[in-house]
Amino acid sequence: MEKRELICIGCPMGCPLTVEMNGKEVVSVAGNTCKRGATYAEKEVTNPTRIVTSTVRVLGGTVEMVSVKTAEDIPKAKIFDCVKALKGITVNAPVQIGDVILADVAGTGVNIVATKNA
Amino acid sequence: MKAYDIVIIGGGPAGLAAAASAKRSGTDSILILERDKELGGILNQCIHNGFGLHTFKEELTGPEYAGRFIDQVKELGIEYRLNTMVMDISHEKVVTAMNREEGMFQIQAKAVILAMGCRERSRGALNIPGYRPAGIFSAGTAQRLVNMEGYMPGRKVVILGSGDIGLIMARRMTLEGAEVKVVAELMPYSGGLKRNIVQCLDDFGIPLKLSHTVVEIRGKERVEGITLAQVDEHSKPIPGTEEDYECDTLLLSVGLIPENELSRGMGVEMNPVTSGPSVNESLETSLEGVFACGNVLHVHDLVDFVSEEAAAAGRNAASYVQGKRKEDGGRIVHLKPENGVRYTVPVTINPERMDETQIVRFRVGNVYKNCYIGVYLNDEQILHKKRQVMAPGEMEEVKLEREKLFSVKDLETITIRIEEE
Repeated sequence: MEKRELICIGCPMGCPLTVEMNGKEVVSVAGNTCKRGATYAEKEVTNPTRIVTSTVRVLGGTVEMVSVKTAEDIPKAKIFDCVKALKGITVNAPVQIGDVILADVAGTGVNIVATKNA
Repeated sequence: MKAYDIVIIGGGPAGLAAAASAKRSGTDSILILERDKELGGILNQCIHNGFGLHTFKEELTGPEYAGRFIDQVKELGIEYRLNTMVMDISHEKVVTAMNREEGMFQIQAKAVILAMGCRERSRGALNIPGYRPAGIFSAGTAQRLVNMEGYMPGRKVVILGSGDIGLIMARRMTLEGAEVKVVAELMPYSGGLKRNIVQCLDDFGIPLKLSHTVVEIRGKERVEGITLAQVDEHSKPIPGTEEDYECDTLLLSVGLIPENELSRGMGVEMNPVTSGPSVNESLETSLEGVFACGNVLHVHDLVDFVSEEAAAAGRNAASYVQGKRKEDGGRIVHLKPENGVRYTVPVTINPERMDETQIVRFRVGNVYKNCYIGVYLNDEQILHKKRQVMAPGEMEEVKLEREKLFSVKDLETITIRIEEE
């Protein structure tokens, strides 16, 4: 049986969680003081995901950079691939919030969209 | 001289929400003065997500959150001027401002809403000895350089202070290819949100050293390295615990200070604990018709609460200029923060003028586990609320019922304190 130690991010308590795993299956979660801790722990050890945010250069606008994000969360292991895929990308003004800047980033099936009008 | 009913100083989240709310409350003559080239304030450089959970029930990035309020202000047809610096506000509410098109000009306001936000504490406020080489930035400056100007301030980074901006920048610089070696925090606990410690440091294997500080900065032209040392309970470095780090950049995330030069210039009474104006239930300062909201009043953790507070200030300013405000009745109740509660906003309440419920926000001075928030009207306890954990980095609030305040005879003080049982 494998054990993983986590800190819960559900609230400021920051409960130290211990997750017991059998291969990819969660056997038990200990250390949490509420239900949210167990939910967080299960997701975090089986399929951790994150929203990734960054910036790309914008040409012909009033600002230098336009901020972007993954439209949905992507696997945590793909964070660096996602950021690398954005290297060197420039867009032309005007850009609207929600515009797709890069489709299917790093093979995740998730689009990169603008988060600022520029 | 031009005249407006309400002049709002600052076009960040507080100024935008105050403007929209004042307009919706029936005041048309509103002007926002913003010194930057765009509206939105600090949110424009906060490109990470996590904003708006309370307000919009979804997680937005900073620019998206600002965008929603900018859209409201534009749809409501509220006037604003960009690139405009306010130089002075007189006791009589004459606002002196300047920009490139109009030069210096003055505006007579009936009401003023102070929404200037805050600024970062700098190296000078920390008294770190040594030369003054290039490569030392406040975390917010680095954030602006990376996210808005597209410029990386350095490659090998040490961060002093574990406030949220420092944690966010640890991740941001890492994603942009920098090596963030360590985050050092003077206090035995972090001032940042747990979520940020996990997702900005732990995700990338960046160590957080609590009870540590920078005792030396090396390098004459450019930072070449720093020395960290552990500190004792009096925050004094412990000899023999020094560790050297090679780096070209030191980021400081060591606290925020409300930006109140204009407020002081007007003669507004200040609260030494928050470094913001002392306000009453209407978020009105000691000068009648001058209101304050957002980080200029007290530093917030969540922008959602800034928007909520600013909307109240906007409503109150509108009812003031429309002459709809209730007579004050001459009764003023003082709020008394005690036993672990550092301050309250507001500091006084006029029961005649308060809403049905009044939110009182405060911060605690230490980490408290399994303690209670006690609220007393004179000596009578009206609230005894259990909190599993309270920390200086997380703002707390209690709600007061208007009816309750009227039920106590000769009410003079409302005491808020932390209790063990």
